[in-house]
Amino acid sequence: MDSVEQAEAARRRLEALWRIEGARIVAVLARVTGDVGLAEDLAQEAAADALAQWPASGIPANPAAWLTTVARRKAIDAWRRDARLDERHRAIARRLEQEAADGTGWEPLDDDVLRLVFTACHPVLSREAQVALTLRVVGGLATPEIARLFLLPVPTVQQRIVRAKKTLAAARVPFEVPAPEEWGARLGAVLAVVYLMFTEGYAATSGDRWIRTDLAAEALRIGRILAGLVPREPEVHALVALMEFQASRFPARTRADGTPILLADQDRTRWDRAQIGRGRAALARSDALGRGRGSYALQAAIAECHALAPSVAATDWAQIVLLYEALGRIAPGPVVELNRAVAVSMASGPGPALEIVDRLAAGGALRGSHLLPGVRAELLARLGRTNEARAEFAAAAALAGNEREREVLAAKAAGL
Amino acid sequence: MKYMFIMRATDEAIEASKQIPFEEILNSMGAYNESLIKAGVMLAGEGLADVSEDTNFVVDFSQDPPIVTDGPYGETHELFNGFWIVQVASKEEAAEWASRCPLGPGSKLEVRRVTEAADFADFAGNEYIQKEEGWRAQEADLRAQNG
Repeated sequence: MDSVEQAEAARRRLEALWRIEGARIVAVLARVTGDVGLAEDLAQEAAADALAQWPASGIPANPAAWLTTVARRKAIDAWRRDARLDERHRAIARRLEQEAADGTGWEPLDDDVLRLVFTACHPVLSREAQVALTLRVVGGLATPEIARLFLLPVPTVQQRIVRAKKTLAAARVPFEVPAPEEWGARLGAVLAVVYLMFTEGYAATSGDRWIRTDLAAEALRIGRILAGLVPREPEVHALVALMEFQASRFPARTRADGTPILLADQDRTRWDRAQIGRGRAALARSDALGRGRGSYALQAAIAECHALAPSVAATDWAQIVLLYEALGRIAPGPVVELNRAVAVSMASGPGPALEIVDRLAAGGALRGSHLLPGVRAELLARLGRTNEARAEFAAAAALAGNEREREVLAAKAAGL
Repeated sequence: MKYMFIMRATDEAIEASKQIPFEEILNSMGAYNESLIKAGVMLAGEGLADVSEDTNFVVDFSQDPPIVTDGPYGETHELFNGFWIVQVASKEEAAEWASRCPLGPGSKLEVRRVTEAADFADFAGNEYIQKEEGWRAQEADLRAQNG
């Protein structure tokens, strides 16, 4: 291998290692320094040292331990160099040095990784900052990789992460798991970040790439990590189940030329059955905790109905209507109501469904979105009100943000 | 991308492992599996029963019709004893996980990428490529019903 190849091999090895060990390295540094931003900086510096040294020195036998040791040394140096240290900081520096000498206090713990998850998804951060920081510190992804997944320029992502770290410092966010009275809401925020990451990959909201499978795979991986960290939380398993069911349809969602195939027209034999099996297992784990179904579990149960149905006609729509009704009670919203209308149209016909949709439209719900006119158009078409249906499809196409969706809707308008 | 780790052990490695308390092997393998699960990369994994069990057999296709025999299992005497399927982002990540498997001298992990639909993109219209998805579906359905 020449030196360029050696450098590339070291970079790829480090990248792989970081996906596995990055969260634990940052987490232990954050516990010791009490500062996630500083911990991430130190970890990055250690990674830079690795890239500089490994091509010549060879990759160490235990690279994760090497990285942690280098980062620890940098932490101690940073504290020592800082002339503004007050007595409290000096005490921390002494403790760090002592622990370094003893080799204690540096074992990464699952609890540290959990603290890291809650910190990266802290409510003082914007949603996009939470997503970027979670991928960075929990998922262990390099900044260029995050940029690739979101189709963003690298400096934009870099800036997002830098700002997120500064915000955490400015808000003095402690490196802690939330207090019991905040636990539910904070865990909800973490799940929302992971699911947003997944849905961004599942149906790109802009651009013409229908599915960003890689991003969805990262969200699923982080979801599974989370399920390992808080195995007693039913909604975490439920979110994993929901993502498994939705991802199982990836192979059937697009034609060879990239155009999307809607649920009704998908070749269900192309759904990934092994993945559906994992989804069912995750939903069963959630149910087995015996605390009832939350909003992710209800969504997962709906996805499971589709996953098990041999065709649209043979789907248990009555059960899906019940699940949407339950979902509408604990997580009311116009999108849930619209989906309930679709299920009602399959269970009881387009007439009762149109009443639900018209009620939504009258209330001004989902204005500016293609979703409502899209569903309304389908219902009108089934009722034989062709002219109205054509106008609604055209209205929906004009509002669609995704190139591919627009094509599908325009084709439907033209096909009537 | 998905990889399969195929565990292969020589007779010597199997003999050597018999000197280790089975509890110890269970613990180290259990810890390895747990690390794969907690990292969110493990999709599946199974161990295979000892070849000496008469529940196992070989179907040899060197004649037509093929012959069902009770062995031998291979020229190399390197037996498949189990497998994992993991989902990773790169060959390097697969290598990192495979290297952490608690196996001893004489054992090997054969690490093979699992093919995806994209590998057969040139044949996407092929009736049998599409049917294969259906066969896999039925098999997994049966597994789900039984498990």
